[in-house]
Amino acid sequence: MWRLLAGVPDPEIPVLSIIDLGVVRYVRHAADGRLHVGITPTYSGCPATDAIRSAARAALDEAGHREALLEEVLSPPWTSDWLTAQGRAKLAAFGIAPPAATAAASGSAPAPVHCPRCGSLSTERISEFGSTPCKAHYVCRACREPFDHFKCI
Amino acid sequence: MSAAAAAPVGRDRALNAALFHYVLRLADTSLVLGQRLGEWIGHAPALEEDLGLANLALDLVGQARLLLTYAGEIEGKGRDEDALAFLRDAPEFLNLTLAEQPNGDFAHTVVRQWLIDAWQIEVYEGLTRSADTRLAAIAAKALKETRYHYRFSSGWLVRLGDGTAESQARAQQAVDSLWRFTAELFAADELDERMAAVGIAPQLAAGAERWGQRVDVDLHRATLVRPAQQPHPWHGKRGVHTEHLGHLLGEMQHLQRTYPGVRW
Repeated sequence: MWRLLAGVPDPEIPVLSIIDLGVVRYVRHAADGRLHVGITPTYSGCPATDAIRSAARAALDEAGHREALLEEVLSPPWTSDWLTAQGRAKLAAFGIAPPAATAAASGSAPAPVHCPRCGSLSTERISEFGSTPCKAHYVCRACREPFDHFKCI
Repeated sequence: MSAAAAAPVGRDRALNAALFHYVLRLADTSLVLGQRLGEWIGHAPALEEDLGLANLALDLVGQARLLLTYAGEIEGKGRDEDALAFLRDAPEFLNLTLAEQPNGDFAHTVVRQWLIDAWQIEVYEGLTRSADTRLAAIAAKALKETRYHYRFSSGWLVRLGDGTAESQARAQQAVDSLWRFTAELFAADELDERMAAVGIAPQLAAGAERWGQRVDVDLHRATLVRPAQQPHPWHGKRGVHTEHLGHLLGEMQHLQRTYPGVRW
């Protein structure tokens, strides 16, 4: 079942699967005899949430799991810490600087960010926000390339 | 896909009605502020800020959706998030008066955001320990987003305040003109006290002190002056609004009011 869901890409960063992203919280057989799949949204307002839900639904249906129940899980809230090691490697290869391994829980100073192209630590934040809710905008002082950083939250 | 369980069975009717209104207050502040920020799209001073404000708006509207959906379930009359957002009139909106104030210049938008971010941090932080588990879950999620918002708004407050003579004058002007709405943030009324008494909401007074300290530190870094406290005649959270809310709703609700029930 996990392997099946690992085939569902994130709609906004398609190199990541929804498993890489850490949004699938559980897959279990419940007392009602049905398969229950728990999915948590990344950001409250992330427009990809609906798309992820319908893509997961479609994948389950196609694999013959029409009985499976998708459940929304709000607690504990999603954190970028849940990105898998494989997911982080995929992000870096795609040119998006992955988040630090453990997110600063509160507003403490953000950890230095490696440029995903040249690896330099001499990078500068341009904006706390980027093209999607999960990314911030950076530029590398060494190779001068702008890049996205997956926010630590 | 339904989230968590509905309101506990046997919760008494009056408490249920009070909880409905309390959740609406939280939802409406997020929704109205999110709608205001959305007005900047395509007009912000720089592309990065345009994206930043749109991202803040997205989180706020997302929080409002979770809260409005819950409010609709508590009420139990079949109203969903859309019915509550698009088919209520201004006196039924229970947002803080500060949230509905017009964008003004970029400094006004930053100061309004910073004051509300700092308020939401206290309220959501307290709500993570709520006796209402659904509310606690929504608050825990929103709190992470709000702390990130605060980084943006407090950062800009300092940049503008401790910036050029022009940016400092405008930031101070924004603080001076919006300060009169801040007394409402922590003024507890019967509803707040009722919710605190049953362990659903935090005591507002405790948050007020931390909020004040946080705001003072930021103002100091921004080389701005805290205005004198003023009595508060504002009661947005009781449904009494400035004239600005009606205009905002006119735009936000236009489609559903003109073509009732229309869908994408």
